[in-house]
Amino acid sequence: MRRALVIAMTLAVAACRAEARDDYLGDKEPQRFGIGHTPTPAEVAALDIDVSPNGAGLPAGSGTPEQGATIYAAKCASCHGKNGEGMAPAYPQLVGGPKGVFNFASDYKIPRTIGNYWPYSTTLFDYIRRAMPLTAPGSLTADQTYALSAYLLNREGLLPAGATLDARSLPAIQMPARSHFVPDDRRGSTGGPKVR
Amino acid sequence: MAETTSSISRRKLITGAAVAAGGVLLTNLPGADAQQVTKVPAPPPASPVAPDDPTKVPGAPTTAVGERSPFVHPQRAPVGEITGTSLTPLQDLTGTITPSDLHFTRIHAGIPTIDPTKHKLLIHGLVDRPVEFSVDDLKRFPAVTRVHFVECSGNGRAAYRTPKPEMTPQQVDGMTSNSEWTGVPLATLFREAGVQTAAKWFLAEGGDASLLDRSIPVSKGHDDALVVWGQNGEPLRPEQGFPIRLLLPGYEGNANVKWLRRIKLGAEPFMTRWETSKYTDPLPGDKIRMFSFEMDAKSIITSPAYPERLTGPGWWPIRGLAWSGRGRITRVDVSTDGGKTWLAAELLTALTNKAHVRFEHMWQWNGNESLIMSRATDDQGYVQPTMAQLKAVRGPGTDYHFNSIRAWRVARDGVVTFEANT
Ligand code: HEC
Repeated sequence: MRRALVIAMTLAVAACRAEARDDYLGDKEPQRFGIGHTPTPAEVAALDIDVSPNGAGLPAGSGTPEQGATIYAAKCASCHGKNGEGMAPAYPQLVGGPKGVFNFASDYKIPRTIGNYWPYSTTLFDYIRRAMPLTAPGSLTADQTYALSAYLLNREGLLPAGATLDARSLPAIQMPARSHFVPDDRRGSTGGPKVR
Repeated sequence: MAETTSSISRRKLITGAAVAAGGVLLTNLPGADAQQVTKVPAPPPASPVAPDDPTKVPGAPTTAVGERSPFVHPQRAPVGEITGTSLTPLQDLTGTITPSDLHFTRIHAGIPTIDPTKHKLLIHGLVDRPVEFSVDDLKRFPAVTRVHFVECSGNGRAAYRTPKPEMTPQQVDGMTSNSEWTGVPLATLFREAGVQTAAKWFLAEGGDASLLDRSIPVSKGHDDALVVWGQNGEPLRPEQGFPIRLLLPGYEGNANVKWLRRIKLGAEPFMTRWETSKYTDPLPGDKIRMFSFEMDAKSIITSPAYPERLTGPGWWPIRGLAWSGRGRITRVDVSTDGGKTWLAAELLTALTNKAHVRFEHMWQWNGNESLIMSRATDDQGYVQPTMAQLKAVRGPGTDYHFNSIRAWRVARDGVVTFEANT
């Protein structure tokens, strides 16, 4: 009885709405609203700057550690130090962390640098290109970014002197820390003595 | 002993805040001689003058924009300029909503000035229809309004690594804030673009000078992620992402990308600097945890807390905040004897999903030295761990996700100081 009344009332209300509004198109929300515009390929390309671990997104161009050393001295050393040692606490150390040491959980003072902490080489190119130098982000050419990546990887012993870094060779570099990364396993923990 | 409070100088407090924030202090850029300068908040003005009897003189006229009482001076503790942090003064808040101008901030290349009529959000990658939305476009979609906290996963780092008795709630945990957000579910925009089944991750990128970018599981986008433009009844503040930001309820603050300009769907995570070099958690056994998005349940007593002083034995309210990134807080227990015995606190506010909850426990202080602490439990059955439990599992050198039980020591003279080791 009650249910029948409610249905009748609902129908009446729906009818009212339909009649009162000449713009009424039905009140079931669509899967798509058709709002927004389709970007041109050029509009997408202008923003599509990310680089993936498999090298997708890397531009044409190349650079060597030697070229990178010159650019580093001119554009990076003022903040990250002459030898990439950084200036605590503001400017991170980039290279020179202890090699083959991964027990970072034992002491937060163990320097975590590109060579002992970064799991993917492509991250270096991506980050430098998008964000560095801090006061002039986006000002580096592709060649300069390859050269700087080459310089920093060479300083970490991950790229030989004289080597050319480009879209093929950069993603091929295996980073020592890679195998130490594990996915988040905290979900389902009840915390307390069982915290993960 | 009563001197403790007053003898701790303003400078010392500020330094504590700087360390707590782990922020980058930049002035005179660029250059090797860049100064490490901490910006000192303006001291509150000298005591305001109030008439002896306000009922006998007309007051001030109305104004276009209201101000706080001249007797009230909540302040964030800003550190650094281009890359910096400011901490919410948790001890000054009431209820659960953080006033927008006191919401904590973390910036990596300054706060951009963005013309909302020019700002766009591009969705592309593994979608059937790449699409670009203006801010006005986004506001045409059916909107939702929800209350959620945002907490930096670095919150509590100083308390974990270098605790000091002279730490305020703001210095211990000031990188959590709670707001009412308005925006469109990301799921709606995903349908609009036609996200393909092969898409498992999306890259969210901000439109500031750091172009900060994070990889997020697509499942979060289908679940409760929002693209928001409103905060606490008004448009987002510039420092919170004006005109639009990503809001990922319960996820670490950094992933809630501000000034959102691009979302790219992909099959794999993109492995940005922000999910590899940073926001990863070293663990014992030479392991490093990554994509640790969810914020574990946590609580902190915000009063009594340093630098308060109880004026004498008697009834005192113990008040604080609790929250969980995995769901609802179901209970908060309070101990006044260093964790030997626990009593359920009153939960004063709605038990909102992934939001701050205000708790209170009326305590009859007998005047003896006491160690007071709070412990949160959420609807996943997760109980906030002690510092000893957390450290044993994560190691002293771990980074991020510092949610151990926090304690305050109340000395016989009523002086309250911070105690991290629980
Ligand atoms: C004006 C100072 C400044 C200059 C110049 C500068 N950087 Fe940086 N760099 C920073 C700061 C500050 C950070 C940390 C930013 C953050 O975390 O928000 C950083 C971070 C980095 C990182 C990430 C480090 C990590 O451990 O995650 C790399 C790599 C880097 N810079 C490379 C460079 C390169 C290459 C140059 C030269 C083209 C450069 N930087 C120039 C200030 C600077």
